[in-house]
Amino acid sequence: MSALSVRGLWKGYGEQPVLRGVDLEVPAGSLSAVLGLSGCGKTTLLRVIAGFERAERGAVSLGGVTIEDGTTYVPPERRSVGYVPQEGALFPHLNVAGNVGFGLTRAERRGTTVDELLEMVGIGSLGKRLPHELSGGEQQRVALARALARRPQALLLDEPFSSLDASLRTRVRQEVHELLRRQGITTVLVTHDQEEALSMADNVAVLREGRIVQQGAPAELYQSPADARLAGFLGEVNLLDAEFGEGTAATALGVLALRGGPPRPAGARGVVMLRPEQLDVSLHEDGPGSPGGGLHGRVEQCRYYGHDALLEIRAEQPALGRALLARVNGEQAFAVGTPVRVLAHGPVSALD
Amino acid sequence: MSAFAPTQLISQRLGHTWSERRRWPLVSAAGGALAAGIVLLPLAFLIVQAQHSGWGEVQRLLLRHSVAVLLWNTVRLAFACTALCALLGVGAAWLVERTDVPARRLWAVLLVLPLGIPDFVVGFGWISIDPSLHGYLAAVMVMTLSLYPLVFLPVASALANLDGSLEEAARSLGMSPLQAFAKVTMRQVWRAVMGGCLLVMLGLLAEYGAFEILQYQTFTVEIFTEFKLGFDTVGACTLSLVLVLISVAVLGGELALTGRGRTARPGPGARRPAPRVRLGRWRVPGVGALAALAALALGVPVGSLTYWILHGGSSTLPSTSILAAAGHTALYSAAAAVLATLLAIPVSTLAIRHRNRLTLLIERISYLPMALPGLVIALGLVSFSVRYAFSLYQSSLELIVAYAILFLPLAIVGVRSALGQASPRLEEVGRSLGANRTSVFLRITLPVIAPGLAAAFALVFISSSTELTATLLLRPTGVNTLATQFWAYTTDFSYGAAAPYAALMVAISALPAYLLSRRMRTISRLGQGS
Repeated sequence: MSALSVRGLWKGYGEQPVLRGVDLEVPAGSLSAVLGLSGCGKTTLLRVIAGFERAERGAVSLGGVTIEDGTTYVPPERRSVGYVPQEGALFPHLNVAGNVGFGLTRAERRGTTVDELLEMVGIGSLGKRLPHELSGGEQQRVALARALARRPQALLLDEPFSSLDASLRTRVRQEVHELLRRQGITTVLVTHDQEEALSMADNVAVLREGRIVQQGAPAELYQSPADARLAGFLGEVNLLDAEFGEGTAATALGVLALRGGPPRPAGARGVVMLRPEQLDVSLHEDGPGSPGGGLHGRVEQCRYYGHDALLEIRAEQPALGRALLARVNGEQAFAVGTPVRVLAHGPVSALD
Repeated sequence: MSAFAPTQLISQRLGHTWSERRRWPLVSAAGGALAAGIVLLPLAFLIVQAQHSGWGEVQRLLLRHSVAVLLWNTVRLAFACTALCALLGVGAAWLVERTDVPARRLWAVLLVLPLGIPDFVVGFGWISIDPSLHGYLAAVMVMTLSLYPLVFLPVASALANLDGSLEEAARSLGMSPLQAFAKVTMRQVWRAVMGGCLLVMLGLLAEYGAFEILQYQTFTVEIFTEFKLGFDTVGACTLSLVLVLISVAVLGGELALTGRGRTARPGPGARRPAPRVRLGRWRVPGVGALAALAALALGVPVGSLTYWILHGGSSTLPSTSILAAAGHTALYSAAAAVLATLLAIPVSTLAIRHRNRLTLLIERISYLPMALPGLVIALGLVSFSVRYAFSLYQSSLELIVAYAILFLPLAIVGVRSALGQASPRLEEVGRSLGANRTSVFLRITLPVIAPGLAAAFALVFISSSTELTATLLLRPTGVNTLATQFWAYTTDFSYGAAAPYAALMVAISALPAYLLSRRMRTISRLGQGS
C-alpha cells in the first residue's frame, strides 16, 4: 500500500507546463528519492504535494485520503505533510527552540517535546541560539526537527544537503538517513545528486522534463536504466554494439549474459551497457596474441581518486570507436601508455 | 502570498481556485493604487493650475529673461557642487576605508554627521559668522559641505565591502596598483558614486532655505517668492513644472549613465578584505585633510549654534513656544510617518511578491517624490485644495499628506528591504506546520518585517521634523513647527532666539546619521571578519 500517491499530475506556469502527468507511488515508511536535473520540475512536485501550489490536473492522496484533485484542496496546514526547504528557511526572529516548537501547541512547547526533538537530531544544547548563529549543518538539523515535531504522515525534503560542503554533506546525509529509518516516516527526497539518491533511497524515481521516466530500487536503476541518457546520468557507462542470442549478447568483449527485460529475437542487433566496475583490467605483459582472451589495449588516461581509479583504455585489437572506461582499485592505477588486457564480467543490459 | 492577511481572506471568500501565487492581492493592489494616486495628485494639479490661464500665458512666463538667469544659476550650482561633492566624498571615503590613516573609525562617524544637519541650519551657521557671505561661491561652499556625505556614505560602504581579491587578480594580470584602482576598484564603486551624485543634484534642486539665507536666486527661491509675496500661482506653478522637468532629466541621466542590473554579486566563498594603502609620510596631510573637512562641515554649524545658544540673548528665550513647536513637529511628523509607512507596505508587497508591469509602474511612481522638491509638492496640494477642497487648505491633514508624499520613497526603502527578508518560503513552512494564513501573518511575517517598519517610520519622522519649505506653505495659520519658528527668528536676524530650535532639530536627526555610520562600520567589520 502506498502512503503517498501522486497520479497524473499536471502543473504549469503560464504557457510552459512544468509537470506533465507525474505518477509517483511512495510505500509507507519508505524513503523515495526524486532525481532530476535543475528545472525538471522536482521542486514544483514537492510544492504541489505540500499544498503550496495547486495542480491543474491529477490527484494526490496521503494514507488513502485525497488531499488534492480537481475538486478537493486541503490547505497546507491541514495536510500533515512536513516540509524541509532547500536553505532550511528557519524563522529568523525565533531561536532554535522557538523554531522547533512552532507547530506545537502551547502545552506541548512547555513540556519536554522540543528538547527531545533537539536531542534526536543531535543538537540538544543549541535551543537558545538564533538561526544566524548556527552552521549550515545545524540549520538543516533544526529544520528537520521542526518538520518532524508534528509527527507528519509524510516528510518532504527539498535538496536538503546541497548547501552543505562536501565533507559535512556525507555525514549529515548519513545521520538523517538513520534517523528517518528509525522513525519509519514516509519520506520524499528531491535531489539532483545521483549519488545521494542511490545511497539514501529505497526507491528512486527519475524526473525528466516533467515526467517520471523510470522508478525502481537504486540497483535496478543503476544496472538497467531505461535509456542511454539515463544510464549516463546515473554514472559512468560503456556502450557496446551487440548481437543478441538466447539470453546473451555478443560484443567486442566476448559473449556476455544478458539481463532480463523484453526478450530479443536471436540475431537482432542493438546496444548494451556495462558499468566501469564490470571491466577487469590486468597487465598485459606477454605481448599480443597471448592466450587468455579478452581485449587488448593501452591506458590512455588515468583519473586517480585514491580508493579507486578510472582508466580510459583505448582498445587496439579489435579496435573500438571510443575508449573503454574501467573502474579499478587504487593500486591498479596503471600509468598512461601501459598495455593492458580487459575482461568483462556480469550480465549486461540492453538499451533501447 | 501577500503580507496582508485580509487580502487572502477576501480572495478566499471570492472562491478563487488558482494557485496562491497568482491570486490577485486585492488590498495590496488598492493600497498601491492609492499611493500612486496620492503621489500624482499634486503633480496633476500643478499642470492644471499652470495651464489655467492658457498656454499663451505659460509661454510668456517661460520666455522671460529671468527664467534664463534662474536656469543658469541652477545649472552652474548643480554641476560645481556635484563635482566637489564627488571629489570630497570619494577622497574622504578612500582615506577612511582604504588607507592606514589614524582614527579612521572616528572620521567615519564625524564625516557622516553633517547629514543630520538641515542645509538651512548649515547656511545659518555660516551667515551668522560672516553676514557678508552671499552669492554663487557661498552657495557652492555651503551646499557642498552639507551634501558631500551623500557621496561619502555609499562610496565608503562600497569600498569597505569590496572584494580585495579582484584587485589582486588585476595585479596578477599585469596592472600597476594605480591602474588596478582605476580600472577595477573604481568600476566597482562607480554605481555608488553615481547614486550619491544623483542624491546631491536632487537635493540641490529641492533646497530652498539655504539659498534664501545666502541670497542666491534659484528656481525654488523664485517660485517661493512669486507664490508667497506675489500671490502669482500660475507663475509659481509654471516654474515648478520646469523644475520638475530638470529633476526628472537628472534622474533619467543617472539611469542612462549607470545602466541597469549590473549589481556585482559576489560568488560563494569568503570575501577577502582589500589591503590598505600605507600612507607613510602622507599620514599627517591625510589626517589634516579629514580634520579640515570635519571642522568645516560639522564644526562650523555646531560651533555657531553653540555660540548663539550660550551668548545670544538667552534671557528672552521663550521656553513655552519651543515646547509648543516641538509638540507640533512631533505630532505632524509621527502622523506622516504612520501614513507613509502604511502606504509603503502595499507598494513594496506588490513590487516584491507580485512583480509585473503594472506593479513596477506603481513602484516607479512612488519613487517619483525623490525628484519632486517639497516646494513643488506643496504648491500642487495648495492648487488642489484652493480649487476643489478649500476646507483642506492649510489644514493639518494637508501638511501631513505632503510630508507622507515627500518621504514615501524613504519609507519604501525601509519596508522593501524588510519584506525582502521575509521570504514566502518562511510563510509556506509556517503553513505546513499547521498555522493558518492569519496566524502565519501574525507569528512570522509581522515580527520579521517589524524592524523594517520601525526603520521606515523613523526615517520619515526624522525627515519630516526638519522639513522647512513645504511646512512654510502648508502649515495651519498660527501654528509653528521647529523649522518654521527657527526660520522666523533667522529672517528677523534673532540668531540667539533661533539657535535652540536648530539645536533641537539637529539633535533629532543626528541620531540616525550616527546610526548610519555605525551600520556602515559593522558592514566593513563583517567584511574583514573572515
